[in-house]
Amino acid sequence: MSARIGVVVFPGTNCEHDVVKALSALAGEEALAATVELVWHGERSLSQLDGVVLPGGFAHGDYLRPGAIARFSSVTDALARFAAEGGPVVGICNGFQVLTEAGLLPGALQKNSGLRFVCKSVGLRVCSTRTVLTGALSQGQRLRMPINHFEGNYTCDQRTLDRLRAEDCVVLRYEENPNGSVDDIAGVCNAAGNVVGLMPHPERACDMLTGALDGAPLLRSLLDAADQHASLPA
Amino acid sequence: MDDGASSGSSTGAIHRELGLTDAEAEHISEILGRAPDHLELAMYAVMWSEHCSYKSSRLHLRRLPTQGPGVLVGPGENAGVVDVGDGIAAAIRIESHNHPSAVEPYQGAATGVGGILRDIFTMGARPIALMDPLFFGPLDDARNRWIFEGVVSGISGYGNSVGVPTISGELTFAPCYSRNPLVNVLCLGLMPIERMVLGRASGEGNLAVLLGATTGRDGIGGVSVLASAGFAEDDADAAKRPSVQVGDPFEEKRLIEACLELLERGLVVGIQDLGGGGLTCATSETAARGGMGMDVNVDQVARREPGMEPFEVMTSESQERMLAIVSPADRAAVEEVCARWEVRASVIGIVTEPPRTHEGTVSDSRVADEVDPQGRLRVFDSSGAVLADVPAASLSEDAPLYDRPMAPPAGLAARVADDPGAIEAPADCGADVLEMLADPSWVYRQYDHQLFLNTVEGPGGDAAVLRLAGPGIPPSRRALAISTDSNPRWCALDPRLATALTVAESALNVACAGARPVALVNCLNFGNPEHPEVMWQLSEAIDGMAEACRALRIPVVGGNVSFYNESAGQDIDPTPVVAVLGVIERLDHRPPRPAFEEGASVVLLGAPSTELAGSRWAAELRSHRGGKLPGIDLRVHEKLLALVADLVRSRGLVAGIHDVSGGGLGVALAECALSSGVGCEVGGVADHRELFSESPGRVVLCSVRPDQVCERAEHAGVPARVIGTAGGARLVVGGLLNLSVAELTESWRRALPDALGERA
Repeated sequence: MSARIGVVVFPGTNCEHDVVKALSALAGEEALAATVELVWHGERSLSQLDGVVLPGGFAHGDYLRPGAIARFSSVTDALARFAAEGGPVVGICNGFQVLTEAGLLPGALQKNSGLRFVCKSVGLRVCSTRTVLTGALSQGQRLRMPINHFEGNYTCDQRTLDRLRAEDCVVLRYEENPNGSVDDIAGVCNAAGNVVGLMPHPERACDMLTGALDGAPLLRSLLDAADQHASLPA
Repeated sequence: MDDGASSGSSTGAIHRELGLTDAEAEHISEILGRAPDHLELAMYAVMWSEHCSYKSSRLHLRRLPTQGPGVLVGPGENAGVVDVGDGIAAAIRIESHNHPSAVEPYQGAATGVGGILRDIFTMGARPIALMDPLFFGPLDDARNRWIFEGVVSGISGYGNSVGVPTISGELTFAPCYSRNPLVNVLCLGLMPIERMVLGRASGEGNLAVLLGATTGRDGIGGVSVLASAGFAEDDADAAKRPSVQVGDPFEEKRLIEACLELLERGLVVGIQDLGGGGLTCATSETAARGGMGMDVNVDQVARREPGMEPFEVMTSESQERMLAIVSPADRAAVEEVCARWEVRASVIGIVTEPPRTHEGTVSDSRVADEVDPQGRLRVFDSSGAVLADVPAASLSEDAPLYDRPMAPPAGLAARVADDPGAIEAPADCGADVLEMLADPSWVYRQYDHQLFLNTVEGPGGDAAVLRLAGPGIPPSRRALAISTDSNPRWCALDPRLATALTVAESALNVACAGARPVALVNCLNFGNPEHPEVMWQLSEAIDGMAEACRALRIPVVGGNVSFYNESAGQDIDPTPVVAVLGVIERLDHRPPRPAFEEGASVVLLGAPSTELAGSRWAAELRSHRGGKLPGIDLRVHEKLLALVADLVRSRGLVAGIHDVSGGGLGVALAECALSSGVGCEVGGVADHRELFSESPGRVVLCSVRPDQVCERAEHAGVPARVIGTAGGARLVVGGLLNLSVAELTESWRRALPDALGERA
């Protein structure tokens, strides 16, 4: 059974081609029979897919608040159903912002503490390996990859933070906090571990020519998760 | 339309307000055979502005070499286009947005980005990279800090959101840019060669469809009021703020995707962006290029606000708009694509045949004189009233051409005779090196410089290196290297030689990445063309560029001229910015960066020099701006370019490489040390003059096989010698420098944040 991964495109999304390229290249290396395709934001059902990525960018321009309009797209309702049924979902950067706005992940992302856009490579620690994005990694593993955002300062109330910690929902932490995120959080997941959001860009760290490889194990984990989803009985 | 008698007196005052001279207004009446009405006058005013017509520079620009083996489109179109191999064409253009950025830094810079992107996708290319050469006044002045921070956030805000990476740039601070910053922006796009389109209207009955944003009152007269006049002393500039446009990157992003889809599917005959001159420029240029006319219904233009006059609609520079020429058969398909991308599409006009002559024969010269071979651009309102009726091509082709008086600046000879070699040697060269180091990452960290996964070498190196790839582009193992360069300190002393040196440096930068130069674009930032010395500087700079480009066989495929860069009566130093594009035939490893490797040798390619004229050390640290520039032998330089590219492509031969430019050998060594964290010990540098000379054609190279490097250099006829060994934690130049790499790094890192008053 060949896994199908959809990469959602809202008007204003801009990392969709990069995610398709990185995932396709990795699937080719692993000889995984995965197909990666673009999914338009007007889509009403995602049940044909085995994994969904919300890539980075500025969905609908993000003039109001990142993700605030994207949450009303019909694809977002379909995504909620797909996630509730256990489908693997990963939101990268703007995708993470959309997932929090849509209530699929707890917390919110506010402006960086420095009040500037930040594009640079950061060090990360893997804090949970039970998710669709980190299944192939080890606890405490250190990674380097780029961040590229203005609104990546993760915040939530104390009760939510306690719950995230208690339920092993903090997926990635920054080694040096670049944006003021609470508890150095760079990525979180839902209780089931099938919905993950992160600010760093793994697709930008899959090739030595452009400088880094540490994103590859994350995306490989997603390919594995999608592969498993594809082999589930319908 | 007004009859001549009543409009004659009223337009007398109006044309001057619109920026037209009396002679220009008279010429318009001659073209039309009657007095123009108000709308016509407004249309000519924007099209004949310095910014749109290049009326002071055209005469000189003709001297540039524009032909070359890979050139598909040279100057004159929206962008230059070069065949870069594997079926891929690169579109490239650079422009200035200096004056808008001076009065409204954020929007000025942002809309500069938006405008250059449209020039690129107009050609059918997907924009894949932006670069920003920026020039500001010193940061100890609050207004300069405001301009600097605003410009950088404008580029960041627009470029990041629209989804095109800003891969590199250039950052210069000098007193002459106070109040008149230079904000140049370059865009590079890629397309399969067969997708290339030109902005032409053809086919009688085809529709002119306006795509994108609504038309508002922003940017009325941007090209004439703002771009074609200098700045006064007081705060009167604030009154010009309404002439600055306001950008909407989300609209632009949708417009890019919609237009590329229309082009990909072959649904448009021609397409043209709306930039300076707005609808007037887009309609007249597409019609004129296609040898056709166009009828425009001004009431069909969707407006942002009520009560706009036809002249406002026709000259508004509202951003994020394109004019597509569409066959009526494709109208529905075009509307469907636009609806999907939420892009507004309104049919505002129709392509018309040029009027035919009844006489039919041109053998009778008396008759031929009366024949109008040009298509007419006619503007109507919905009632059918003719608001304007002009020969379309006259707006661009009949624009005035000025051969303005030229003269070298007074006192230049004395200035050149005043050699900085006589300045007292510093007690401590180390302090001077530290003062010249500045990490530009404060700027480029605010730019997405990685999107599209192509950025092999980003900001901070000699040249940016990009994989030759992008969405919809055929696969290739090639890569592009690109570098923007300028040297106003040199240009102030000898604009001709300085511009040749700048071209040489830019070509050397792409060679340091292993690339062969294939094309050049330029942005010529100068003062007031009504000053004879400014015209002399421009003419000299163009000659210098032409000489270097001919010698190095680099065709000029596009350019932009920005005049009136002056404030309080003082012209800026002449600032021609050049960008050289190079091709790397096969990229399978990352090219070396400015870096040292423990235990490797440090080699200097090129002849040693002690000339200090035009150096940063003399100008910035000792306020000495005189002297005679070091010369260059362009034949030797061409050999150097080939040698350097060859060494870099040989795997394992070059561990680090850096050209010697601003700050001389001292700063080049320091930058290699701080970027790698490895020091070096260098000897045989005679004195501070040899340490800080910026004489061209020199490269610092770090290699574990220096014998091989020197042997190949000797073979190529390029001087080379081992000057030291890399290693350790200190930068030591015998008798002159002894600094720890940690000190260097700290000084480099803190320079910009400290100047901006930011906490550590």
